[in-house]
Amino acid sequence: MASPLSQFEIKTLIPIEVFGYDISFTNSSLAMLITISSILLFMILGLKSSNIIPSRKQSLLELSYEFIANMILDNVGKSGMKYLSFIFSLFMFILIGNLLGMFPYSFTWTSHIIVTFSIAFFIFLAVTIIAISKHGLVKFLKFFAPSGVPKPMLLLLVPIEIISYLSRPISLSVRLFANMMAGHTLLKVIGGFVFVLGANSFIIGGALPVAFLVALTGLEIVIAFLQAYVFAILTCLYINDAIHLH
Amino acid sequence: MDIESAKLLGAGIAVLGVIGSGIGIGSIFSAFITAVGRNPEAREHVFTMTMLGFALVEALALFALIIALLLLFVF
Repeated sequence: MASPLSQFEIKTLIPIEVFGYDISFTNSSLAMLITISSILLFMILGLKSSNIIPSRKQSLLELSYEFIANMILDNVGKSGMKYLSFIFSLFMFILIGNLLGMFPYSFTWTSHIIVTFSIAFFIFLAVTIIAISKHGLVKFLKFFAPSGVPKPMLLLLVPIEIISYLSRPISLSVRLFANMMAGHTLLKVIGGFVFVLGANSFIIGGALPVAFLVALTGLEIVIAFLQAYVFAILTCLYINDAIHLH
Repeated sequence: MDIESAKLLGAGIAVLGVIGSGIGIGSIFSAFITAVGRNPEAREHVFTMTMLGFALVEALALFALIIALLLLFVF
């Protein structure tokens, strides 16, 4: 039987090599392309005949728009609304990517650390640049020294603040990657139980793991949404930190 | 002890980190139930924060799980 981790294997579909770098079109790139085209399809179909009284597709689109808009208004405020398009596309990209990964035999590109890390790292860079350009370098560095703390305590607090700031992209990316990878591995392991128990006990024994698998698939779909939500809301909180610098 | 059994033991010990996450998730949801019990009006607002806290705590359990999987399949 195949290892439960073999589903994350990257296969080259169209080999491309530029200046000695391997930039082949892989099954991961294909999964991302499918993700983007399904988001585009969702948008185009939803806005094809936009009315004041929305159709079903349009109201689904408005629902997702308002969801993100309210998230930004609650967490950042009016000044964060210019980042709406970024956070909306980020949320949709991760959400659809996670959900498409739930189809059998499909590929979950969010289960690869390098993909999530590069998204998180660019968010981290952008947030740092926003903070510095809005408040200047000196005020930005004061962010690491909480006010109203006795001087000797700063010796301990400043390194902790700096480490916690620098670990943001790591925790943000590992959270998404680990959730998707652990969830899909778990599904495969339980699927293996179905196979083994069903083969050894005249199919009846396989029923229990199948029931468990169905429940677990439901949980995974919730997790897929939840992780996209958490990714988006943490991005909102980081942007809030950058804009307001408490 | 040979390398193979040390790897298995290490993976088992690494998964112990999930205990802390279990305690954390329990306390988050108990606080959520208490809050909704006292003020059912606040349910919507508290629920989003509960989900955020749940995801943050659950991620810690997965960090431990990742270490265990790395020990088992990568090294």
